[in-house]
Amino acid sequence: MTQKPRAMRDALLERIWMAMAHDERIFVVTADFGSPVLDRIRADFPERFVNVGIAEQNLINVSAGLSLEGYTVFAYAIAPFITMRCFEQLRVSLGLLSTVRPLNVNLIGVGAGYSYVVSGPTHQCYEDITLMRSLPNFQVLSSADHVTAAAFLDRCLQESGPKYLRLDAQPLPVVYTPETGAPDLARGFHVHRRGGPVALVATGYMLHSALRVADALARDGQPLGVIDMFDLCRFDRAALLHELSGLSGVVTMEEAFRSRGGMDALFFDMIAREDLPLKILNVGVEGGYRFELGSREELHEAVGIGVEGVTASVQRFLAKVSGHNAALADGFAE
Amino acid sequence: MTPDEADHLKSKAHWVWRETLAIHRRAPETRIASSLSPIEIFVALYYGGVLRFDPQEPLADARDRFIISKGHGSICMYPILADLGFFDREELMRVCMRGGILGGIPDPIIPGYETVNGSLGHGLGVAAGTALALARKNAGDQQAFVLTGDGELHEGACWEAIMFASHHKLDRLNLVVDDNRTSMLAHTKDVVSLGALDQRLESFGWDVVIVDGHDVEATTAALAAMKARREGRPKALIAKTIKGRGVPGLENEALAHILAPKPELLDALMETRP
Repeated sequence: MTQKPRAMRDALLERIWMAMAHDERIFVVTADFGSPVLDRIRADFPERFVNVGIAEQNLINVSAGLSLEGYTVFAYAIAPFITMRCFEQLRVSLGLLSTVRPLNVNLIGVGAGYSYVVSGPTHQCYEDITLMRSLPNFQVLSSADHVTAAAFLDRCLQESGPKYLRLDAQPLPVVYTPETGAPDLARGFHVHRRGGPVALVATGYMLHSALRVADALARDGQPLGVIDMFDLCRFDRAALLHELSGLSGVVTMEEAFRSRGGMDALFFDMIAREDLPLKILNVGVEGGYRFELGSREELHEAVGIGVEGVTASVQRFLAKVSGHNAALADGFAE
Repeated sequence: MTPDEADHLKSKAHWVWRETLAIHRRAPETRIASSLSPIEIFVALYYGGVLRFDPQEPLADARDRFIISKGHGSICMYPILADLGFFDREELMRVCMRGGILGGIPDPIIPGYETVNGSLGHGLGVAAGTALALARKNAGDQQAFVLTGDGELHEGACWEAIMFASHHKLDRLNLVVDDNRTSMLAHTKDVVSLGALDQRLESFGWDVVIVDGHDVEATTAALAAMKARREGRPKALIAKTIKGRGVPGLENEALAHILAPKPELLDALMETRP
């Protein structure tokens, strides 16, 4: 049965809470950020829980110290703060140090993209994919629903090393159902739809937008592929290349500044390195920082990543791609 | 401490001082002045019976954890670690050279170093996490030590850790401040004054002692006493030291950090006896 949507953090923390009962190595550290399930962890495992206060730099350094002593650490805070307030601690105490000493520190950042809708740019987070992917030994995982967020625990417990888990602050519709099967962490991505010359490749909340864009265009008789990228570093590259083969174009969709090194850069890099015959359209936040108010959908439309705007630009992209194909079929050079 | 033991520590300290000058003579890229102020602190910790360590197994669980947060100011650790057998003495001849392990700023690829150092302000928080872990996992009597400079305490992250450590009563945490009163561009009192550092740390709930950091006998006694105190408070030893100690032109010079003495001066100094 398809699960009801719930908060990603609670789905993940609940699995952590269950694992703590039989794994004494698990330690949870928070920077004064809570959740109902975190209350249970605090109550049931006070010896393996600590709140460092509003102090993200110390959150990371303390986590590094705990992990040096053998703990598997989950450090929990709001996404922009756990990635940016303490970026040099991430680099030095986790990134650099974990190349020499085994460290298992898992950052749980809540509030990807625009998920703190009314809080404005301080609490929204459009830079984390770029920044966290820039640290070479970090893994970056980004979930579109709570089922995926909960599944991330397996990776955290099975593999040492620093990881960033990028969670939405809002409960999002469930995309992993008995029909789709569980998200396959070893693959790192999931193909939700196949068909048409173009695939929409999305991460986090934007997967839901991609599905809506695909629905809208399917009604127009234009089928599209839809792929969820939930592992932004360690996805099965060969399997993804296989999925992309035969396509004419790819549309990347992320709640991140466009052309600033996010998932779009990842795909540009892959297309260039593999010399793929793919046209690419990048859907990302345009126009820099803004202080506008509105619903998440309204904010998305304002910065160029809303379903309506993206549907129109994908339509233009499809025309370009099919024109390209027609030209090739006619034997004309580009 | 017997007079013989005290003499032994003093002669070790002088030997380390000379070896440090020799390393700088061979590798002028190293920061010399900030490596001359903490010599007696290191000698007290390693030769004075304060730290528990095992050169054959540097990460043995029974060891005391010692995080040297002021990385560049610890070139003087190289002769000590070589002397104790953490690595081959030959390494001292290729400091900052390709194929060597001893850089201008020590990295944890060096046996005996616990963490990444040199980017200032991280060691105290990591040591606090280590001390918390030792307490929570009911370790034996291992303790965490961390050396910072006084200039390093300008980093706000240090004060996050200072608050955290007293709140959690981390009495396995021992902070040693190499209080040489000089950062890179000036004396710290002229940059941003730390005021009465002992009173500030005490007001944050720390157990604080001040010592003459060049009196190796007193420093050893103070470190041993600090380690022995387990009274529900983190502990700090403020070692009053002199940056560039023993080198004319560096001692008490505001810009000592970035000055490199002339080779002939170093050669002459290395001939001196204690």
